[in-house]
Amino acid sequence: MSAVETSKTQPGGEPLLAVHGVETFYGKIQALRGVDIEVHRGEIVTLIGANGAGKSTLMMTICGNPQARSGQIVYNGTDITNLPTHDIMSMSIAQSPEGRRVFPRMTVMENLQMGAILEDEGYFEDDLRKVFELFPRLKERQGQRGGTLSGGEQQMLAIGRALMSRPKLLLLDEPSLGLAPLVVKQIFEVIRELNANEGLTVFLVEQNAFHALRLAHRGYVMVNGSITMAGTGRELLAREEVRSAYLEGGAH
Amino acid sequence: MEYFLQQLINGVTLGSIYGLIAIGYTMVYGIIGMINFAHGEIFMIGSFIALAVFLALAALGITFLPIVLLLMVIVAMICTAAWGWTIERVAYRPLRGSFRLAPLITAIGMSIFLQNFVQVTQGARVKPLPPQIQGGITLMDSPNGIVVQLSYIQIIIIAMTIVLMTAFSLIISKTSLGRQQRACEQDRKMASLLGVNVDRTISLTFVMGAALAAVAGMMFLLYYGVIDFYIGFIAGVKAFTAAVLGGIGSLPGAMLGGLAIGLIETFWQGYFSVEYKDVAAFSILAIVLIFLPSGLLGRPEVEKV
Repeated sequence: MSAVETSKTQPGGEPLLAVHGVETFYGKIQALRGVDIEVHRGEIVTLIGANGAGKSTLMMTICGNPQARSGQIVYNGTDITNLPTHDIMSMSIAQSPEGRRVFPRMTVMENLQMGAILEDEGYFEDDLRKVFELFPRLKERQGQRGGTLSGGEQQMLAIGRALMSRPKLLLLDEPSLGLAPLVVKQIFEVIRELNANEGLTVFLVEQNAFHALRLAHRGYVMVNGSITMAGTGRELLAREEVRSAYLEGGAH
Repeated sequence: MEYFLQQLINGVTLGSIYGLIAIGYTMVYGIIGMINFAHGEIFMIGSFIALAVFLALAALGITFLPIVLLLMVIVAMICTAAWGWTIERVAYRPLRGSFRLAPLITAIGMSIFLQNFVQVTQGARVKPLPPQIQGGITLMDSPNGIVVQLSYIQIIIIAMTIVLMTAFSLIISKTSLGRQQRACEQDRKMASLLGVNVDRTISLTFVMGAALAAVAGMMFLLYYGVIDFYIGFIAGVKAFTAAVLGGIGSLPGAMLGGLAIGLIETFWQGYFSVEYKDVAAFSILAIVLIFLPSGLLGRPEVEKV
């Protein structure tokens, strides 16, 4: 693993998550065409790109569903490329997936309990209190079924549920999708706090490039299953190609 | 009135047995969306194993009834649980992710295989068990000669069903295992993203359903006193009907459906004709499904997400 190249913008050290030349297929259709990405401890890294570029596929490939056909995914020094999903998730990775996927016929509390199944029960009360501090709305709704929550509340629940497993790496897939600007702001603020106060490493997939690049330390741009650009959030925001493709008219 | 009461008691007893089998159908359907047609055969195997244990203990000279019954139920549950696990492993898991009809076809194949397996190894003749639990409580003894009796075996069946169903409902609603099962039912992919071992959870669902069917099988054996390799088919279809009637995928629905089918059947044969009791049960099913397509307690397909 000594061959891993360190990012230009980050001081050395082995990345927490390293994706090397990953190719993923759905049947015969190739969704990822050799993707390389690194996420270092304590970073917020964002991946932006248009609809259908393969961002969510990369998220799911990291979690082993679908598995990469070639390439390698290394997390915390372990090759996780061919591990089953439940084993990968037991290594302190959590994902708040595309579409939130809150369990609709379980209460908010049960959803949070599901998030904690891999964790020692002794931590449960503590973690629950923390999640309720971050999202007081969830506390008010703890007895309500997931399917009856509003979109913003479901997103909070999806993130809260992911946090209940005490992750070292949090994968967030389009947390802003379909939400009111005020709610988006609130959720991004929570991500920033978690990163700044607890050192949580975040890999964020977004279409909302403006917000995501302002929040992230570094970013990648994905087009048609390949990474076309990489740099710090500020660098990417300044790039003409990024502005014209993802920002003009799109910034809130 | 007395006659009605007696029929009610008989119907609840029969409904208890159907309800216990129906749970297996409804849980498996809930979690993988498949009708496990081999489940009736699991019930049949459960009753055969219970009988084998009884005969083996008798040969060893152990006849103290509580011990015998306890061993019968434990061994039957363990063996059928292993059957349930194996069936899922060899016949259904390899087909997961294939088209929807494929596991249904293997389920029917598995059912035929198990029936024939028992027929070949145990013989096609009916197997009798002399009544073990006799007597009962006379509830009413009217002057016109009709006696309402609640037999001890009926008490055992109903009590055991209540205990098992309560325990089972608590497992599903309150424990971590139950939450994982419901999570797999609602969104298997998300469950795996939270670290749930989905394959293991599905296997456990088969194991639990099979164990309940074994209890039903043993109670059937004690209640009717005769079994053959074919009982699983009839009871299986009835229990499946019960699950659909109650709303497939719903646990309380399976219990309610089982009770309803048992009562309909018993009352029909009590007041009209024995020959047409199955027609009555299935007609009610058809009528209910016309007006309530998702069953009595099933949830409608449309849902806000």
